[in-house]
Amino acid sequence: MEIKNKTYSDVLVLSPEGRIDHANSEDFRNGLALFIERCKSDGERVVLDLAGVDYISSAGLRCFMLAEKQAKSRGGTIVVAAMQPVVKEIFEISRFTLVFDTFATVQEAIAKLSPVALKAYQA
Amino acid sequence: MLVRFWGTRGSIPVALTSADIRRKVETALALAIAKGVDTPEKARAFIDNDLDFSIAQTYGGQSPCVEIETGRTEFLVCDMGSGARAFGGHVMAAQKSGPLVVNVLMSHVHWDHIMGFPFFTPAYLPGAHIRIFGCHDVLEEAFRLQQSAPCFPVDFSRLSAKIEFIKLEAGKSVDIAGYRVTPKLQRHTGDSYGYRFERDGKAIVYSTDSEHKLEDPAETEGFVAFFRNADLVIFDAMYSLLEAVSVKEDWGHSSNMVGVELAQLANVKHLCMFHHEPAFNDERIQSVLNETIRFEKLTRGERPLIVTAAYDGMEIDV
Repeated sequence: MEIKNKTYSDVLVLSPEGRIDHANSEDFRNGLALFIERCKSDGERVVLDLAGVDYISSAGLRCFMLAEKQAKSRGGTIVVAAMQPVVKEIFEISRFTLVFDTFATVQEAIAKLSPVALKAYQA
Repeated sequence: MLVRFWGTRGSIPVALTSADIRRKVETALALAIAKGVDTPEKARAFIDNDLDFSIAQTYGGQSPCVEIETGRTEFLVCDMGSGARAFGGHVMAAQKSGPLVVNVLMSHVHWDHIMGFPFFTPAYLPGAHIRIFGCHDVLEEAFRLQQSAPCFPVDFSRLSAKIEFIKLEAGKSVDIAGYRVTPKLQRHTGDSYGYRFERDGKAIVYSTDSEHKLEDPAETEGFVAFFRNADLVIFDAMYSLLEAVSVKEDWGHSSNMVGVELAQLANVKHLCMFHHEPAFNDERIQSVLNETIRFEKLTRGERPLIVTAAYDGMEIDV
């Protein structure tokens, strides 16, 4: 599963697309893990931009949890942004909102994480 | 095929407190006043049509015990949690004549699934025949142990019924009380087993105390096959997905969302959430049920899935 990525200063924005379900969750998990592994170990921030994701299953959500654990162990942070309405509801029903900060847009997420990255994003 | 729930709570029995009941009464009366309820007839209609289940009734607090009617003189039940005490009373009242035979299918022998047996009246009845089926080597040992001194005043050896322990094997179907019964190994501390009951082209699956790790497609496919085209799946939905994959990972239970997903993949007709978290009050269980119904709608394929939450005393006609 391809995950688009873009770095704005100290914030990495990851943008998966399509469905994330039991059929491709392993690919998604491995892809996420690779990006987070590459993050510097000084507290880099990651925004999961879900604008292109139209469905996520429990297996997909579990990948978020694994990524969050991995990032936390490296001093990093993961937040979620730009969820489509269906994905947002699934996220709420799963109670993942108790662990992940969520934002309506990628810009709002970056603004919360890093003023420097926001300038880079707006440039 | 009628399924009757005698115990639906997980881990430990719970009971409503006086504060819980007062809160229900207060809420109901306030709503009734607003609705202009001023006659007994209106009150009954109000309870039936306007009050949420969580206000008007309760999900109950007995631990797992689920009867499947056989249409014969013999009985069939899954697990002997604290709900078995009331089930025993039902057996005594329903038995008219002839030998009393009760067939018990044990998911596993954790305490909440066996604790009702010392209070199961037919076990004390000379002439009664209780056949306890299960896949664990320690099945008989567990039943005897919980009635050993100093934990219980009546030793197992003093029970008057004829009690048999019959070992089953996962994947090997057997005929019990008119049903074709197939056990399946499930992920739980010390193992647990689900059972698929088939008769006259209908299928009921009892699958409690089962964790689904979501990381092994083969394991998922195995459960999809086990649930395939079932008319009813009774499913361990104790946790939210978040709990099941984080702080309560490896605690041996599953979530409402995984239940819906597996049922949809398997083309199940009715998913009944079971083994409710003992910390949840009625409002919380009702809220989880409402969210699960919404999740089913959001993810629905070609066929809608009925989603319910089991309560003590619930009956489902399959």
